[in-house]
Amino acid sequence: MASISSTEHTRRDFLYIATGAMGAVGAAAALVPLVAQMNPDASTIAAGAPIEVDLSPIAEGQVIKVFWRGKPIFINHRTKKQIEEAENVNLASLPDPQPDSARVKPKHANFQVLIGICTHLGCIPIAHQGPYDGYFCPCHGSVYDTSGRIRSGPAPLNLALPPYEFVSDTRIRIG
Amino acid sequence: MSGHPTYQPQNAFMKWMEARLPIAGLVHSSFIAYPVPRNLNYWWTFGGILAFMLAAQIVTGVVLAMHYTPHVDLAFNSVEHIMRDVNFGWLLRYLHANGASMFFLAGYIHMFRGMYYGSYKEPREVLWILGVILLLLMIMTGFMGYVLPWGQMSYWAAVVITNLFSAIPIVGESITQWLWGGFAVGNPTLNRFYALHYLLPFVIAGVVVLHIWALHVVGQNNPDGIEPRQDSDTVAFTPYATIKDGFFMSVFMILFAWFVFYVPNYLGHPDNYIPANPAVTPTHIVPEWYYLPFYAILRAVPNKLGGVALLGSAIVILAFLPWLDRSKVRSARYRPRYRFFFWLFFITCVGLGWLGSKPAEGVYVYAARALTIYYFAHFLVILPLLGRYEKPLPLPGSITESVLKRSGAAAVIVFAVMLAGLVGLSSPGVAAEADTPTKQKWSFAGMFGKFDRGQLQRGFRVYREVCQTCHGLTLVAFRNLADPGGPGFSSAQAAAVAAEYQVPAEPDDQGEVKDRAARLADRFPAPFKNDNQARARYNAVPPDLSVIVKARGYDRGFPYFIFDLFTQYQEQGADYLVSLLTGYADPPKDLTAPPGTFYNKYFPGHFLAMPPPLTDGRITTDGKPVYDDGTPATVDQMARDVTAFLMWTAEPHLEARKRIGLQVFIFLLVFSGLLYFTKKKVWKSLGAH
Repeated sequence: MASISSTEHTRRDFLYIATGAMGAVGAAAALVPLVAQMNPDASTIAAGAPIEVDLSPIAEGQVIKVFWRGKPIFINHRTKKQIEEAENVNLASLPDPQPDSARVKPKHANFQVLIGICTHLGCIPIAHQGPYDGYFCPCHGSVYDTSGRIRSGPAPLNLALPPYEFVSDTRIRIG
Repeated sequence: MSGHPTYQPQNAFMKWMEARLPIAGLVHSSFIAYPVPRNLNYWWTFGGILAFMLAAQIVTGVVLAMHYTPHVDLAFNSVEHIMRDVNFGWLLRYLHANGASMFFLAGYIHMFRGMYYGSYKEPREVLWILGVILLLLMIMTGFMGYVLPWGQMSYWAAVVITNLFSAIPIVGESITQWLWGGFAVGNPTLNRFYALHYLLPFVIAGVVVLHIWALHVVGQNNPDGIEPRQDSDTVAFTPYATIKDGFFMSVFMILFAWFVFYVPNYLGHPDNYIPANPAVTPTHIVPEWYYLPFYAILRAVPNKLGGVALLGSAIVILAFLPWLDRSKVRSARYRPRYRFFFWLFFITCVGLGWLGSKPAEGVYVYAARALTIYYFAHFLVILPLLGRYEKPLPLPGSITESVLKRSGAAAVIVFAVMLAGLVGLSSPGVAAEADTPTKQKWSFAGMFGKFDRGQLQRGFRVYREVCQTCHGLTLVAFRNLADPGGPGFSSAQAAAVAAEYQVPAEPDDQGEVKDRAARLADRFPAPFKNDNQARARYNAVPPDLSVIVKARGYDRGFPYFIFDLFTQYQEQGADYLVSLLTGYADPPKDLTAPPGTFYNKYFPGHFLAMPPPLTDGRITTDGKPVYDDGTPATVDQMARDVTAFLMWTAEPHLEARKRIGLQVFIFLLVFSGLLYFTKKKVWKSLGAH
């Protein structure tokens, strides 16, 4: 008697478990398109394709702003003085230590390309402002130097670098 | 009911919660311990199906709302953006559009169940009236939702339905203008329909709560129409009704999946793939199938106010059913006379629906009038008389007694008939003044259909060398040429194609807008700046070809439209296009072509402004009349190739849709099977109660 009922118990349980498991799988699968649809769609991704920028019209000392993937990109044609000030720095004194050489492409230190979004809460810093003649963020007072590194203020990190490369001496591709 | 167990929380947190907000207890008493008559058949699952469909429509609707733009200039393209670019957008759109049809199908079955078994009778009158209110809300929501894609049918449906209000004496015109937000249907109208379409489903959800509450106060009706009297007459909702409903819901999902994945445009109208044109009314305006019976009633009356009044009355009269049918016996099982008239009424409704899809001419008008009169006669004459004079069969002693005597049902046949009704009402009924197009064989047809990449590439070449001069393809982006499931270009090849086209650049430093070479992200530029330029050049506006294959169709007629549902025939537009391109001929002797037009056997009206675009050898490679791959460039071949290409531009995710559809189908079939055996096991434990 006891052995028969326990076999039946197992068979019934297997059916319930199989049905329940399949239901769970179905529910999870149904969730996939609902979550995936919020990811960037194909046209948004295509619009974020790399852009090329001609550097020749940028005068020395001028900072221009272009947009890539909806983000402002600073292209700074730095003067010799600015490059010197950026390189001669005691790294240990920096809140986010990073040498200037790591923030430009080799042999192209005169053009610095940065993402112009303050690493604090996202405002666009103003160029040629602040005690270092670098960038100054008006929202909460973060101060960046001529290499876009954070010097004082609430921002935790240096201004970020976008992916880019020099396709020629006067032309870069961002992205 | 008597002595059902109340929820006794076991752990400390639940005890604390129950003392403050007894939701768990409410769920327990309403959906777990709740006693349900044990003789319910599957017609009773449709309430649960409706609740599920409401949730499904709300969920798919909210995610669609994240991508839709409610502006007259942008709406149509935003829906195409959803279909093409949004991840799984095509799935969400087809779920929502076909979901509306499933919602109405389940709703009508649910109502017919109520009418058959007398579920509207005392003490369920308020329950029934709440249901009629739900039907009205559904009709309003569905109508406004259909306007949103801003296709030809969307726009003209909005015009016709809002104009109904102008029939009201004295204040009609003001009310109509108030609804429009302008002097005609326009952007303000679209915007407010969007807001209300988003709102109403939540109002529906609220009324559904009242509906279920009213139900739980009086308890379910059942197929025998007699109240439960003893414990053995009922079973606990969980697990018995839960698993039975779960099984049938899964079966219903199979039907839903069939439409969504294999025949997603079957229930729709091709004209809604044409962007709204306020200057051109379609030759046959028809609403979606679920409004057709009411549409027939509206058109049956030769008086504007009368038609509107009768349309409203046809729905409102349902609310009076409990007082029109006075029979003390509820269920049609024991009312053979009533059963006969019930089926007559059902056939009348289907008949009215069919007539609603036909033009309001000739014999159709007389038939619609006759059926409309009968529709109201059923409520106002037949039901009261039956209530008084009918002799019902003897009722069983109890539900338990009835269950032990009965066996299965021919309900499946009824369901099939209803489905056939839905199917029949949906055949597009395009004006039949042209020859019927020839049915072609397509590689992308059927459950396992795939595009022939070589054919798509040939068709693209035909588009570029023949059609592109006059016809735009502005919904297609150059990057789509490299997408999976398409012509199979590489990214580099697609970029090279793009570079051959010029598109307007961003304004330069002087503010000038010059042209630049197109990139992958750009879409195909239109060959003309605007409609006026097109008319100046060609005396007509050549339509954009991006979705032309879905924007055309032809009346398949009975019984083909039934077979089509099962064979997944979705290629009406493609077959029409091939016939059109190869169908130029000399006009018959008694007809002359109006100046600037050409005779075509398949074009409705026979005369179109497009000269025959294809001739043998129109495409040459190295001087020979062949494609790059050596296929001879005959008119037939080019027509088929360009049509296949245009099928891809219209349905770029066709292959993914069918592939995922197969997976969903297999899953649902296996899952339904498992649920069926689980249901049987669960109910077996009831034994001979």
